[in-house]
Amino acid sequence: MTPEHLLLHWLSSRLAPPALEWLNAQAVAVRGADRDGDLYLSFTLVPRKTGKADLLLSTEELAAARAARAGWDPSDLSVDQAARLVLLLATQTPADRFAHRLEQLCVTADVAELVLLYRGLPLYPEPERYRLRAAEGIRTNMRAVFEAVAHRNPYASEQLPEDAWNQLVLKALFVGSALHPIVGLDRRANPRLARMLSDYAHERWSASRPVSHELWRCVGPFAEGDLVDDLARVLAKGSPPEKQAAALALSASPDPNAAALLRAAPELSAAIAAGTLSWPSLTAA
Amino acid sequence: MRYIDPHIHMQARTTDDYERMAAAGIVAVIEPAFWLGQPRTHVGTYIDYLSALVGWERFRAAQFGIRHYCTLGLNSKEANNIALAEQVMDILPRFLLKEGVVAVGEIGYDDQTAAEDRFYREQLELAVDLDMLVMVHTPHRDKRAGTIRSMEVAVEMGMKPERVIIDHNNEETVRDVLDRGFWAGFTLYPNTKMGNERMVEIARQYGSERVFIDSSADWGVSDPLAVPKTAKLMLDRGISKADVEAICYGNALAAYGQSGQFNESDWLDPVPVDQRTLFEGNSVLRGQTPQVSASAAVDQRLAEVAFK
Repeated sequence: MTPEHLLLHWLSSRLAPPALEWLNAQAVAVRGADRDGDLYLSFTLVPRKTGKADLLLSTEELAAARAARAGWDPSDLSVDQAARLVLLLATQTPADRFAHRLEQLCVTADVAELVLLYRGLPLYPEPERYRLRAAEGIRTNMRAVFEAVAHRNPYASEQLPEDAWNQLVLKALFVGSALHPIVGLDRRANPRLARMLSDYAHERWSASRPVSHELWRCVGPFAEGDLVDDLARVLAKGSPPEKQAAALALSASPDPNAAALLRAAPELSAAIAAGTLSWPSLTAA
Repeated sequence: MRYIDPHIHMQARTTDDYERMAAAGIVAVIEPAFWLGQPRTHVGTYIDYLSALVGWERFRAAQFGIRHYCTLGLNSKEANNIALAEQVMDILPRFLLKEGVVAVGEIGYDDQTAAEDRFYREQLELAVDLDMLVMVHTPHRDKRAGTIRSMEVAVEMGMKPERVIIDHNNEETVRDVLDRGFWAGFTLYPNTKMGNERMVEIARQYGSERVFIDSSADWGVSDPLAVPKTAKLMLDRGISKADVEAICYGNALAAYGQSGQFNESDWLDPVPVDQRTLFEGNSVLRGQTPQVSASAAVDQRLAEVAFK
């Protein structure tokens, strides 16, 4: 099934009959409509018709989502968000017109609509069209909107060029968002980002402000020279989670000094070797 | 005591104001769309303004535990630029049914020109079509006649009086407004027009039915704490607690609650999905401890923060 069919299928068992009937009728109407206004109006009306309950998808339904679109994670969707996606996807062709309408919806969106429009990025046709829009979502200061692009959303790692990707990771740290829900965090790590993150850590240290231990995850694979010195400092002076993060980062470093530092921390090295200490175990703690 | 400020232009205010308002017990605000002190010249700036009212400003208020709602419309001053006004009327329907939009407003008359009359009527028609409430800004000049005209035109266009809030009332207009069954808002302006002391006398004389107060604080000299301060003054002068609660909270809730977009549970018992989109994040605080539960400390902080 396509994501559009899946969404409608999930809603069919969760919406009251009048709301479902309304949604089906609107989806048919906007699919053929030449007037942009029909979509704008029905899109805005959705929460009044459906309510805003969580969708609460089962394990099987989430697996079906991943099968329909690799990396798609609708686990946090609510029914109004799913219904809005149904309406949007009903109008996905022609792609030119869809892109125009999506931009117009973004320009006039309220907070909840913005969150949903960005959650939908992995489902839109000709995804390369929306790179600038995604970068705009990363530039926002509304954390809920930022996380709609950054967390549990495969779009950014698939589409964003390196500069925009690096801004996404840095911005997450700036607004206090976690790094581990960022899809593609390890795959898109790069030497420039490692350098930027080290500079950021030094700024925070100078201001006596805390540094997220997750940051070192993106530094480790490129940690050489003074970046290893950063990790040595965290390993020596950090809190327990920071020390664990430093050890994990050192274990990914190609620098021989990193291996030497790890040998001096046998307990942490052993935990890493045994698989009991890993990035997932550390961020789940 | 909890307060609602049902008319305040938060875009023009600082985070210090939000902090003091939360500390003083204000749980919800309504921000009517209006002009910016000088006329806009492009519809694009209007779109960005309306979009900020349903987006960024709502998020900003949430940082301080205050729920933000708005009324959207073409204000009477800018109705006089007909070319711009026509373009605004084209895009307005796209915004009116957004979440948290509680009325079409503030609309009405300023100089009472033909253009103002035209766009006031067009917006009343829109409100009737979309089954929305209307919030009317009454003119500062030729006030009594303008207020009566506003009400007559609203009824003529098909609005029920109980679905219209007439704002910026004074001693000269309140009787007409209440007698005709409309809601009467009073704006408390420091130094000018309607002051706190006068409001106490109006409360004494007219009671608390369909009457409420607001600050209309904006980019001019104004006081975002006008509602809690006046509440305190009313209590000090012997107005009953029930009346003060009605005038400073309950009546605004009842009036705008008719929209279905303004519910006490929004701030007393927010649903999880709203917490996800609205009551989250601390980017405004830039590294300070978020104060999202500031209203819990109202009693302790009221004297030291709000009234200094």
